[in-house]
Amino acid sequence: MKPAPFELARPASLPEALEALAANPGAKVLAGGQSLIPLLSMRLAAPGMLVDINAIPELAYVRTDDDGVRVGALARHAEVEADPDARRVQPLLSKALRMVAHPTIRNRGTTVGSVVHADAAAEMPAVLALLGGDVTAASTAGRRTVPAADLFVGPMESSLRHDEIATEAFFPALRPGQGVACEELSRRHGDYALCGVAALVDLSAGTTKAGYFSVCDVPTVVDLTPALGEVGTEPLDEAALSDAAELALGSLEPADDIHATADYRAQLARTLTRRVVAAAHADALTRSTS
Amino acid sequence: MTESLHAVRLTVNGVAHDVEVPARRLLSDALRHELRLTGTHVGCEHGVCGACTVLVDGRPMRSCLMLAVSAVDAEITTVEGLAEPDGSLGAVQQAFKECHGLQCGFCTPGFLTTITAGLAENPDPTREEAREMIAGNLCRCTGYQNIIASVCRAAELRRGDR
Repeated sequence: MKPAPFELARPASLPEALEALAANPGAKVLAGGQSLIPLLSMRLAAPGMLVDINAIPELAYVRTDDDGVRVGALARHAEVEADPDARRVQPLLSKALRMVAHPTIRNRGTTVGSVVHADAAAEMPAVLALLGGDVTAASTAGRRTVPAADLFVGPMESSLRHDEIATEAFFPALRPGQGVACEELSRRHGDYALCGVAALVDLSAGTTKAGYFSVCDVPTVVDLTPALGEVGTEPLDEAALSDAAELALGSLEPADDIHATADYRAQLARTLTRRVVAAAHADALTRSTS
Repeated sequence: MTESLHAVRLTVNGVAHDVEVPARRLLSDALRHELRLTGTHVGCEHGVCGACTVLVDGRPMRSCLMLAVSAVDAEITTVEGLAEPDGSLGAVQQAFKECHGLQCGFCTPGFLTTITAGLAENPDPTREEAREMIAGNLCRCTGYQNIIASVCRAAELRRGDR
């Protein structure tokens, strides 16, 4: 349970880090390391070089404006979760971050790292996808913005190139009339979810979307509006909620593993869809009357 | 392959230590092997059990999920740093002793560091908050009841209710 040998670069600036990555095609970026270091220790990954970005303070920020929340590559989950402006501008962030592992892991792990690690069982990739956020990728060739819809291409696989560092994740703000909710079920508190759902209800547009994790190969967003119709201030119809759950299942691929059967996961997806959509609807109503 | 070594200054319990370690040296192993601070225990080595939890700038983190070379700029506190300056037990340690919060003791260093930071953040936890505080640490002996009692007792001791 020790990592295989690797070379280390510990640059003090982003340009230096990008040069180190460009010069070493096998190199991986180390930020919080809460997913990468277990992979190294179990020797599921053995990169020839790590580029440790922990000495680049310019990447440690959470910035909030009316558009949304910009999270730098070195912002720890705990810092994003505790940021009062981030919580106000996009409340789904702190709701979902509270479900990411345990506080001790959140003290070290980074939100951007979790996003680009692209684990389909993780909360933050699904949250970014649901909100229609994006990631800024930097390389020696320049910067580009990768929308969440183009970011997740397979289990633990993002569309970032080997020479790119995800320097920032952008989570769009909650708009007037919108409400959000998130819930997951796991065998033990803090474990990976057997199934997780986040939902975004928009009373102004009448739309409902849900993002799923642990029941699909990549974070999956499903537009539930066709099943729910145009949602407004009236209570949601139970039959429509059930239809929404069945609609979602059509886009999901729950799988068997030692923790749960595919059937059980599908049942959790049904139940959580109903519950989380209702909670997001209630959240939207509360916000629009307050 | 000959591994290159990195000169690293680790500040642990207020003392600076200059060591040379390969890049892959985990902080947990550097503490135990290079610094001979064997109070930090290594259980699962992949971040699940919490036995290796240390405080990094006052915040609990898994030392098995950090590289020693990444810890250069930080103030690290291990279980050896939790005692009072005169050598007597710190509040959390005293509470574990009084409440029988340990049996074999393997997981205890991780609980002590986690609870020390937890009480600094929330000095007066409810029983439910005490459970939440230790949810990321595994104990195979106690069934946790006495550990939760220890959290509550440590909160009393910190307030001076001796």
